[in-house]
Parts: sequence; C-alpha cells; structure tokens
Amino acid sequence: MAKYLLKRVLLAIVTIWAVATITFCLMNMVPGGPFLSEKAISPAATAALEAKYGLDKPFGERYVTYLKDACHGDFGLSLKQRGRTVMSIISAKFPVSARVGGIAVIVSLLLGVPLGVLTAFKRGTAIDSTFSVIATLGIAVPSFVICTVLMYFFGVKLGWLPTLGLTSAKHYIMPVFALAAYPTSYIMRLMRSSMLDVLGQDYMRTARAKGLSQKVSLFKHALRNAILPVITYLGPMIAYTLVGSFIVEKIFTIPGLGGEFIKAINGRDYTMIMGTTIFLAVFMVIMLLVVDIVYTIVDPRIKLK
Amino acid sequence: MSQEKTENKYLVKIEHERLSFFTPVGEVKALNDVSFTMKDGEVLGIVGESGSGKSVTAYSLMGLTAYPGKLIGGSLDFNGHHINDMTEAEFRQIRGNEISIIFQDPMTSLNPVYTVGNQIEEVIRLHTDKNKAEARERAKELLTLVGINEPEKRLKQYPHELSGGMRQRVMIAIALACEPKLLIADEPTTALDVTIQAQILELMMELRDKLGMAIIMITHDLGIVASMCEKIAVMYAGRIVEYGTTDDIFYNPKHEYTKGLIKSIPRLDAKDHERLVPIEGTPVDMLNPPAGCPFAPRCDNCMKICLREMPPVTYFSDVHYTQCWLNQKAEFEAAAAGKEGADE
Repeated sequence: MAKYLLKRVLLAIVTIWAVATITFCLMNMVPGGPFLSEKAISPAATAALEAKYGLDKPFGERYVTYLKDACHGDFGLSLKQRGRTVMSIISAKFPVSARVGGIAVIVSLLLGVPLGVLTAFKRGTAIDSTFSVIATLGIAVPSFVICTVLMYFFGVKLGWLPTLGLTSAKHYIMPVFALAAYPTSYIMRLMRSSMLDVLGQDYMRTARAKGLSQKVSLFKHALRNAILPVITYLGPMIAYTLVGSFIVEKIFTIPGLGGEFIKAINGRDYTMIMGTTIFLAVFMVIMLLVVDIVYTIVDPRIKLK
Repeated sequence: MSQEKTENKYLVKIEHERLSFFTPVGEVKALNDVSFTMKDGEVLGIVGESGSGKSVTAYSLMGLTAYPGKLIGGSLDFNGHHINDMTEAEFRQIRGNEISIIFQDPMTSLNPVYTVGNQIEEVIRLHTDKNKAEARERAKELLTLVGINEPEKRLKQYPHELSGGMRQRVMIAIALACEPKLLIADEPTTALDVTIQAQILELMMELRDKLGMAIIMITHDLGIVASMCEKIAVMYAGRIVEYGTTDDIFYNPKHEYTKGLIKSIPRLDAKDHERLVPIEGTPVDMLNPPAGCPFAPRCDNCMKICLREMPPVTYFSDVHYTQCWLNQKAEFEAAAAGKEGADE
C-alpha cells in the first residue's frame, strides 16, 4: 500500500508537470496578450508592463522561471487583477464555488443512488420509465437552459427564490439544482444499470434464500457491489463540480472560481490561466487517488499494488 | 397451525403442482401436474435434463420462483405451512430457517464484498435471538461442523480467499445454520472437481445423519442419486415420469426415458469397444408441448397413442409409478380391440 501510494504520488507529479507544460505552450501560441485593449497604449507603456511581468524574456526562459517559482508555491501575480496574487484569488473564490458545488455533489448522491436502486428494482414499470425520461432530460438539457428556466419560473414568475448572489440559504437552491441536474441523472443511470447486473447475480438469490427482507438484500448485499461505477464517476465529478461551473456562476452571479477560468482565458491573464489549471489538475489527481483507495474499502477483492 | 396439519405425517406434500412462466412469447409450462411426498429425514433425488423442472419444483417450495413464473394450480404443503397461501413475509420466516438451499456454483453464490463470518452470522441473527457474540460462536461451530479448519481465521476471510470446495462448505454452513427441516441441494457439486465432489457429498450425508434433516438432491448425475438417495423422481418436460425407490429406478426402470438415462451412464466394466448410448433428439419445446407424452418424439418404442394422449399413471407398488403407455399396453390393446369391434 505504501509503495503503491509513493508510486502514485510520483506519477501525479509527472502528470501535473505535463499539464503545466502543455497549458504553458498552448497559452503562448494563442494570439493576443494581456495588455491589449481597445484604447491604444503607447508602445513604451506596453514594453514597461511586459518588462515588469517578465513577458519580454524569451519563451524558454519564462517557462523555466515559471516552473521554478511554481515548485516553491509561487504562482505569481495576476496580470489583470492588479496587485493580487493568483493564490490569493483562488483561495478567495474557491470556497464559494466549493460550497455550492459540495452541496450539489451531496444532493446528486442522495438523489441519484436511491433513485437508481429504485428504478432498477422497479424495472419496466411506470416509475422506471418516468425517471428514465427525467434522467435523459437531466443529461441532455444544457445547464444554461436549466438555469434560465428555473430563474424564469421560480425567480420571475413565482417570485419564490432570489436570482442573484449567495447571501442566504434560499440563494443556494437554484444554483445547486442547476449544478446537480446532470450528475444526479448520470448517477441514477449508472446505478440503475449496475444494479440490474447485480440483481441477477447468484449471491442475490442466496440473500433471498436466507430469508432476508428486500430492503436488507437491496441495501446491504446489492448496493455495495453495484456502487463501484458510481465511485469511479464521482472522483472527477467532485473535482469539476467543486471548482465551479462558469455558466451557472455567471447566470446566478456567484463570485466563484468557475468564472475566473474563463475570465483569465479571455483576458490572456497568463499567470491566472496557469494557476487555475494547475489547481484543477492537482485536485483531479488527488480525487483519482482517493477513488482508488475507496475502491479497496468497498470491494475487498481489489488490491493496490 | 390447525390440528389436521400437525397430524400430517409428511414433511413435504406436493399435489398436482402446475407452474408456468408467462414470457413475452407465450406461456412456458414449466411444471405440469407434479406430485410427490417426503417424510422427515428422507433423501429424495430429482433427476432430469436441463429445463425439465427439477429446480423449479424445489424453488417453488421456498417461494423463490423467478419472475415471470407463477404457480397456477395444485397444492403445496411443507412442515405445516400451506405454501399456496403464503405471503412474501411468511416465506421470509421459513427461508434459511426451516428450509434452506445450497446452490450449484459456490464461486458466485457468496457475496464477494462481505466476510464469510458476516454472511453466516447474518442468517443466524435473522432467525434466532442470538446476539453478535453468540452468533459468532455459532458460526465458528458451524464451520467446524462442515469440516473447515481454523474457523476463527476463516470467519474473517472473504469468499475470494477460499477455494471452491471451501466455499461450498461455507454455503452448507449457511444453509444448516438454523437446523432446517429440509435442505434443497441444487446440483451442489456440479461446479466442483471430482475429488471435492465426493467430499462434499460425504459431508452432506454425514450432516444428515447428525442433524436429521430431509434432503432434496437435484442433479443430473445418476451416480450421486444412486449413492445418496432413498427415493428418486425422474423428471421430463415438467412432469415426474417415473418415481420410486432407488432400487426400483436402477434395477426395474419402467419408463423409456429412465431406461435411456441408465443406459447412458458410463460403466467401468464396459467392453473395449462398447459405446455409450445417448438419448437421441432434443428436449421438448415447452412453449408448445406436444399433445401426447412429451417423450414420445424421442422414444424408441413410441406408439400411435403416445403422440395423441398423455398416458395415465401406472402403479407397480406403493411408491413406484410411471407415466408411460407401454405399461398400459395390455389394457390399451384390449380397449383398442374393443373399439375396433364396435366400429365394425
């Protein structure tokens, strides 16, 4: 186990390095720059700015400098948000996204797993087909449509829920719903299909032959076997959901990290692009490792070597 | 429990059981008029080819008929319970408790994500008032009983850490945990290799002598029934075509199908170039069973009437009976002669 973890950490470092390198190269290949704007700036001012942020140096040197600093935990200053470091922006915005995203993850698990079990158990009935239609909608309808429809009905027509910001518990309802719609539907479908597979297994017949109730055989014997695909999906899903969705955050004006990704790319805020990308990559790598460890807990047949 | 039922001398009494699977393509008549009885501690072998209804018969006693199967006729009694009227909740009371089952494939019949101990203790705690520690103690006792050494260690192991024979012993331990009155063994040794097969069968007989439960042995291995069973039911196309003591079936088979089965057993004393005699043809289509005897199309001695009408039951003794026109030949010929006479 310790050996495995060490191997995984080393691999993670290589992965993150690769992500950083590719992003750095791509970013520099895109035309434009952080200091272009509609209002013409004098060439002298541009040159001064570039010199200040080290953008006048050749590509290779900038790359090496960036990596060196990043290894020391220094991700530099944002090029667009004057005076703020990349780390300070991420640490200010990430908790906001993580809170909304975290609730969405919990909601999608609490809804998706039981509904998946239910639809598998009631396969072929009206309940099954109803939820299957809902799940297909949840997967197929893009989040901006869900956001706008929610906003129109609950925010504008009915006036039940606030449409902007995150100042009270009520403010969370619509963004969480919009964020959770896709993962809930996806988990439901994953759960349903793997549950159907498990329900046909011999050990489920054994459970019935023991005289166990339906509830115990479903939730003790079937669930633990059927949940593995959901765990696989959960790793990347948590990483993506917690760092925030640009669309949902934009529509509900949530000051989260999701918006920062897009803002950074549009503004060619090089240090911010690198910072957010590396942050997501690290998060993802950690989640994938967690998934592997959770696997061994859920299914004793899986051994990490 | 009514007075009448407590006085019932049979542990199992099945009369004219009919069971069908209502599939999208039509009604599959899995059981057609199956009747038999069993006393306490009796060992009954049910033999027949795949799809003949062996397992379905046994499963219906536990209320484990798979969807879309449905009991459509007859009466089933087990240990004072009238199976026909039982609800799922009532079935749960007797499953694993008064009636247990061992399945064919021990590799897949245990849940891979729980320890052996957990799976044995589960059934003990479900049907008795034993607490956790007592259940563990009982589980240990059971593992010793089924001949597993180091029970303490085994209880903490997962099924994948045990061999096939060991797992089947664990399945037997689970089945016997609550000292059932009836144990159904559904081809318990098919998935095991031959030496382990013998050990498992020996163990089952040993346990029967110790605990005194009745056993229904479902198999297509005639060798197993010959050594273990007191009575044998030969099934074909959802019917018991011949029923009798082991001696009746092996030394005095009356149905052509039984004769065919016995002929197809490999013999140690066979001559050099002697070949096994297979039963030609394929099993009947249960969706559209023939009007007459279902075995008629494969029968070497098939007569005209066999294709038209189901033969009645012919008794040779109190227990030994068969359903075959050949055994009615004398009466049949007389009747046919009479009919022809009347026609003229």
